[in-house]
Order: sequence, then structure tokens, then C-alpha cells
Amino acid sequence: MSLLEVKDLHAGVNGNEILTGISLSVEAGEVHAIMGPNGSGKSTLAGVLAGRESYVVTRGEVRYQGKDLLAMAPEERAREGLFLAFQYPVEIPGVSNMYFLKAALNAIRKHRGEDELDAIEFIALVKKRMAFVDIDESLLQRPVNEGFSGGEKKRNEIFQMAVLEPRLAILDETDSGLDIDALRIVAEGVNKLHAKDKAVVVVTHYQRLLNYIVPDVVHVLMDGRIVKSGGRELALKLEEKGYDWLRDEAGVAQAQEPARS
Amino acid sequence: MSTETNTNTIEEFANREYKYGFVTDIEADAAPRGLSEEIIRFISTKKAEPAWLLEWRLKAYGHWKTMAEPMWPNITHEPIDYQNMIYYSAPKRAPKTQSLSDVDPELLKTYTKLGISLGEQERLSGVAVDAVFDSVSVATTFKEKLSELGIVFCSFSEAVREHPDLVRKYLGSVVPPGDNFFAALNAAVFSDGSFCFIPKGVRCPMELSTYFRINAAETGQFERTLIVAEEGASVSYLEGCTAPMRDTNQLHAAVVELVALENARIKYSTVQNWYPGDKEGKGGIYNFVTKRGKCAGANSRISWTQVETGSAITWKYPSVLLIGDNSVGEFYSVAVTNNRQQADTGTKMIHIGRNTKSTIVSKGISAGHGQNSYRGLVEVKRNAVNARNFSQCDSLLLGDTCGAHTFPYIEVKNTSAIVEHEASTSKIGEDQIFYCRQRGLSTEDAVNMIVNGFCKEVFRELPMEFAVEAQKLLGVSLEGSVG
Repeated sequence: MSLLEVKDLHAGVNGNEILTGISLSVEAGEVHAIMGPNGSGKSTLAGVLAGRESYVVTRGEVRYQGKDLLAMAPEERAREGLFLAFQYPVEIPGVSNMYFLKAALNAIRKHRGEDELDAIEFIALVKKRMAFVDIDESLLQRPVNEGFSGGEKKRNEIFQMAVLEPRLAILDETDSGLDIDALRIVAEGVNKLHAKDKAVVVVTHYQRLLNYIVPDVVHVLMDGRIVKSGGRELALKLEEKGYDWLRDEAGVAQAQEPARS
Repeated sequence: MSTETNTNTIEEFANREYKYGFVTDIEADAAPRGLSEEIIRFISTKKAEPAWLLEWRLKAYGHWKTMAEPMWPNITHEPIDYQNMIYYSAPKRAPKTQSLSDVDPELLKTYTKLGISLGEQERLSGVAVDAVFDSVSVATTFKEKLSELGIVFCSFSEAVREHPDLVRKYLGSVVPPGDNFFAALNAAVFSDGSFCFIPKGVRCPMELSTYFRINAAETGQFERTLIVAEEGASVSYLEGCTAPMRDTNQLHAAVVELVALENARIKYSTVQNWYPGDKEGKGGIYNFVTKRGKCAGANSRISWTQVETGSAITWKYPSVLLIGDNSVGEFYSVAVTNNRQQADTGTKMIHIGRNTKSTIVSKGISAGHGQNSYRGLVEVKRNAVNARNFSQCDSLLLGDTCGAHTFPYIEVKNTSAIVEHEASTSKIGEDQIFYCRQRGLSTEDAVNMIVNGFCKEVFRELPMEFAVEAQKLLGVSLEGSVG
């Protein structure tokens, strides 16, 4: 059984179909990259998998750990180990990062039937996990993402991932807005967290993140569907030649207005 | 998240019931309906008041008759018929001594039900309580212990009997009887309330608290609270309120006066949870309150903290007159309006002395069809050299049928003043909620977390137990309010 199985997924927003039939399966232990030009539907796919309710699924099915993912509320998906690293992490004024993360971790632990961690146990865990992304301790006491730089926000996402230990992590354009050092640190964090029973889906526009997080499979998304899948070399070819050759190959109309990224 | 989900969850919030809405079945001694000189004499006689106080009341009444209800607040309601209201109601078996053993067991049960046990066990909690039921104070705890320190903490009626000189000296010294329409009405008919006097150099060792409960139907509640802190004294005072659910509106027009002499500190915290009316706006308390503090002496400090979740209409502006040099005034407020609730609330900081400082932090939360207005005045008088003010007014909207309004007034007559005003309006974003849910939190927990984060600067000003209470109350008032 695949960890994630997407079959003929169609989804859109306000009656506009953005995903026009996506099929893919991700096995435990794998790293998948989803690439594609702006407006191809990459973030929509990430959003649909995480359960963003502004998207409406019109056809297809998604099974996660054998269960019907689309029937689950966003928080149930999260508690079942699905994690989305946001492209634009959200600020929550007045709520400390630590408090937020402790509440999240305990909601997940409770769901798994594990004891909730008290403050002391939680801090001990956090100290260990901080090392994964080299995050500054002062960020933990600050309100969630408030006043963080773009890089700090992304690093905070991976830090949350390190604490919550998801089975399936979807990184939505985590590389955007990161300088090369931050990119390396974030990628190393993801690599260290990776394990046989876990999978990662990296959504990215550029190849450069894939120099650090090496994918097993690369999918190219165009106009809402996967037009090509391959190994790591596909990403390198895209970097070299851009997307146009694929457009011609797949017979996708050019210069189409991006529906929504 | 779709708009539809949004609305559904808001409705869930709104459907939360008011859990203090029960009625205590108790025999009451009430005045006949209406307001006249005769009624005022009736109240005064009932309370066996001295002649000077009756005079004071009648003068206020004379003044009130010449005044009109203020029309400037951003609220709407049916006209109030002042002649169709009862101005005095007291439990028949009102105890004379105010000791707990004399209190009607029904009343004690009422307070226990409200989570305020006046009995022995609560003595451990270290909060002295004055319980006001309808028009009279029914019990005051910890009195003996406080009196050893020279602190007077009792009902207003008792203060008039036992400490007439103090009452006469300070009554109306901050809020004069003719100050405004509702203050004048209160001065004419006020029935009871709390009196608190902290003598020179004494720091009150425990929180003092008054718990107000309206029970009788069609009765207005008009209590008066007077707190005096002499030179170097300090006190922290808490006020809580609830009322039964009734489908007629009830008027609550209270007056609170605070006097801080040199180096004195008064911290006044309110958690106001009067019955807000039902979802359609039927019933609920009209809360028209005048609260004002006077920093009379140098280096004195008065701080108002309020969490307002109840009442159909809230009209109040806890204010500070900064007369003493280096005196400090603070106002921290969370006001919630849900369903059809309306609030027009804020503060006035009047800088008169030199080097006076004031801070205003106002957090308005609107949900359902609630309308929330902040109205504040920062005034720097001609001689107030080096006055400083910082104001921050934030509004949070839950859903798209509510409203937030801000009316800041700034009048500066001294060029050395520095006055800052910051304001923001935000909507609980579906993005914020989705972010929390994606991390495993339920929508309800997410909303509570976001709202509490929004109110954090105010909650941390509340005494510990009260802060916990306030957070819970906020959860109840807004539960389910956003998706």
C-alpha cells in the first residue's frame, strides 16, 4: 500500500478547474519533487492535500495510509501525520511560538493515544529539535511568525516539522525567499528528519533545492496535470532547458494565463 | 475556508447559552414603579439616611430633570421609559449585620451557583467580597481582618452610617451629581454599592472585590462605588457582574469614583458579564456607567482594566484625571460584542499636572451582528508640561456582519506633550485558522488561541485568577464564532 495515492484528481476554486486530473503515488521512504511553471497548479495540489477548504474537489480520490484523505478535516489530516510547510507562513500575534507548537504537538499526541507532554518534557524535546534547523532560541518565545524575516519563517516551518515528526511532509516552495546558506540549513534539516517510514513531497519552481534534497521521483506539472515524471535527471534537464520543450512535447497551450499558483 | 463555513461556525458561537441566566426566587421589598421626589424620599427613608444625603439626592434629581439622554453614542435602542421602571428592590430578609450567618440561604446558594462562594472555604482564596444583590449589599467577607489594618471595606449604606465624614468628604468629588445624565440619575436613586478606604501607608493585603447581581425583573440597578487610597496606600479591586435572562431590557446605571492621594495606587479590574440579550437582541442589560478616577496627589497611579463581554448595550468610559505631578493613568480594555450587542466604550485621560503619563490599550472584538465602538479622549491641559500618552486601539472582526468603529479625540494645549495613537483593524483570517488546523488544532481551539493572543496585552494586566476567568469567558462568548 502506498503512503499516498492520488487518482485522477480534479479540483478548482470558484468554478475554475485548476487541477485537471492528477495521478501519483508516493511510497514510504521516498522523496518526490513536484516542479512546474508558475500557475501550473503546484500550490493548489499542496493545498488540496492539506485540506484548504477554498478548493473544491470535483473528481478523483486521494488515499493516505489507506484512508480517504478528502473525507478528513484539515486537523484530522495533521493529526494523522500530514504536514504542510507553508509557502507563506501565517502570523498569529500574541501567541508564542512555543505555546502554539506545544498545543499542536499535544493535539497530535492525544489523537495517537499518547500522553500529552508537560512544559518541562516539551522544552527538553524542543532543545533537541532546535539543532536540526539551527533556529535561534529567541524566535521560540516570540509570537508565531510575527516580525520574522522570510528566512526565519521558513526555518520555523521546518522546525515545527522537526517537533511534530510527520509521516508525510509537503514542502510548498520552501526554497523561495531563502538565501543559499539558509537553503542549505533547511535542506539538511529535512534530510536529517527523513526516514524509511516517512515521505517528503517537495513542491518547487527551481531545481536548486533539489541539489540538497535529492528526489527519487520528479514530476512536472503543467496546466493542472502531470506531463512528465522521471528521476533526478529530469530536474537537471528542466534547469538547463526550461519548461518550453515539455510544453511542445505535451501539446500544452502556451501563454495561457496562470489560473492560480 | 468558504464563507458558508465561516457563517456556520459563527452561528455556533452565537448559540452558546448564557449560563448565569437563572432567577433566584426570593421575596423582594420593592418601591412602586416610576421616579419622583417621593420615590427618592422613599429610598432614603428605607436606608435611614441622614438629611444631607437626601438633600444631595434631591439636588441631583433636580439637575437630572433638566438633562437629556446623550444622543452622541454610536448605539441604537428603543427609548427608555424612566417612569415605567422600579428604582429600588431588596431581598426581604436583608441581613442587618452583613455577617454570613445572617444571609438568606437562597442568596448564598445563588452566589455559590455563580461560582462565588461567600462561605468559609473561600476564605482560603484570599479575596474579600462584597456581594450586591439587586439594590443592596448582602454580605461582605473578611471585614474584621481588614479593619485591623484600618481598611474600611463595606457596603455603601453601611459606610454612610459608620463613616459619614469620609463619605461626605469624597462622595461626588470625582463624578459630581450633575456630571452627565446617567450619573445624575444614579446620584438621585443609587441604592447601595461598595465603599473602600485604605488609610495612609497601608497596602491592602488581599484583592477586594464586589460582585453585582441583578435579580428582580423590571428593576434598574444603580450602585455606587467609592474607593479612596490615602497617601502611599495601594489596593487592587475587582468587580464582577451577572444578571438573569429576561426578555425585557434592564437598566444598569452605576457610578464608580476612585481617589488616589500622593503616592497611592489603585488598580480596578472589571469582568462584566451582564446578560447580553438573546440572538435577536431581545432583552439584556443596558449598561450605562460612569467610572472615573482622580490622581489627586503627586506620583499617584490609577489603572482600569476591563473585560466587557456582556450587556445588550455598553456605554462607559473609565477615565483618569491626572492632577498630581508625575501621576499615571492606564486603561486596558477588551470589549466583545456578539449577536446584537452594541458597545460604545473607551476612556478619557485628562492631563493636568506636570510629567503626567497615560497608556490606553483597547481591544475590540466583534462577531455576529455586534457593533463595537472605541471612543476616547486624550486631553493635555495648558499647564501639563511633559505629558505623555500612548494609545493603541485594535479591532478584530469575526465574520462579515459585525462592525468596528474608532472615535479618538485628542486635544493638546501644551507643546511639550507627546501623544501617540496607533490603531489597527483585522479580521480573523481563514489563513490563520487553516494554519492552526494544519498543525492539528480544532477550529475552536484555533479561534480561542487567536482571540486570546489578540487580547494578551490586556489579560496580563488582570490579577491571575481573573485572567483565567476572563479567558474562559471570552471562549464562552465567542465559541465557534469563526471558521
